[in-house]
Amino acid sequence: MKSRRDVFQAIADPTRRAILTLLAANAMTPGAIAGNFDSARQTISRHIQILTECELVEQQQSGREILYQVNAAKLVEVVDWLQPFAEMWDEKFDKLEAIMKNYQTDK
Amino acid sequence: MQGKTKIVAEDGQQQLFITREFGLPLALLFKAYQDPAIVEQWMGTKVMKLENKKHGSYHFVTTDPKGNKHGFNGTIHEFVVNQKITRTFEMEGKDFGVQLEFLEFEALTAETSKLTMHVLYRSVEVRYKILQLPFAQGINMAHNRIEHILSQPKNTN
Repeated sequence: MKSRRDVFQAIADPTRRAILTLLAANAMTPGAIAGNFDSARQTISRHIQILTECELVEQQQSGREILYQVNAAKLVEVVDWLQPFAEMWDEKFDKLEAIMKNYQTDK
Repeated sequence: MQGKTKIVAEDGQQQLFITREFGLPLALLFKAYQDPAIVEQWMGTKVMKLENKKHGSYHFVTTDPKGNKHGFNGTIHEFVVNQKITRTFEMEGKDFGVQLEFLEFEALTAETSKLTMHVLYRSVEVRYKILQLPFAQGINMAHNRIEHILSQPKNTN
């Protein structure tokens, strides 16, 4: 069982986040994942291994192939999905406030 | 970094609440929703139509940095100045369908006011998709950046 801290470190890495993005769209074989990157296949394998150890990604047997997929339940647990949504509204509302404060003084 | 906007989205529900307090008198906050020229400024959109009345409707078109146009529209069910707007909202060309929005405006003091948006989606799944949209865009941007970095011709294995 990995600590939460390890999980956060896992998603702090941009390549691992990119792998999660790919897998969020489709379950993929290790080869297909590596095909999206110019890094050595071994490097990508290591990233996948870390994601698997943290249970962010899980294996799924499909015939003779092993596919990796996102463990959505785990991802939701560690990632604050709401944060970017709240920031998007914050930006809009900050703008509204700034515009109306000027409007007020213009009068 | 905690902003001023609060989002309350309880698990397993198809609704959410967005609340925000403004350093503005109520009338100015409401005006920002009423005046098309001001809506255009803070929402970064073009207002094609905005009929602030029962049976009225609105249509906004936003151009993204790549030049793609995105339409938004809805119907207005209630429009009570300095109090509330009840309307539908739809992103055109997306699968999210229509959502129902209750906007309530209230004065806190003479110089401050509060907006509460109560939004209802068709399903729990749709709410989840819409909530994670900005998150997905952020992660995609990170992905594009890393792709760009990785595609520089220095790695030759």
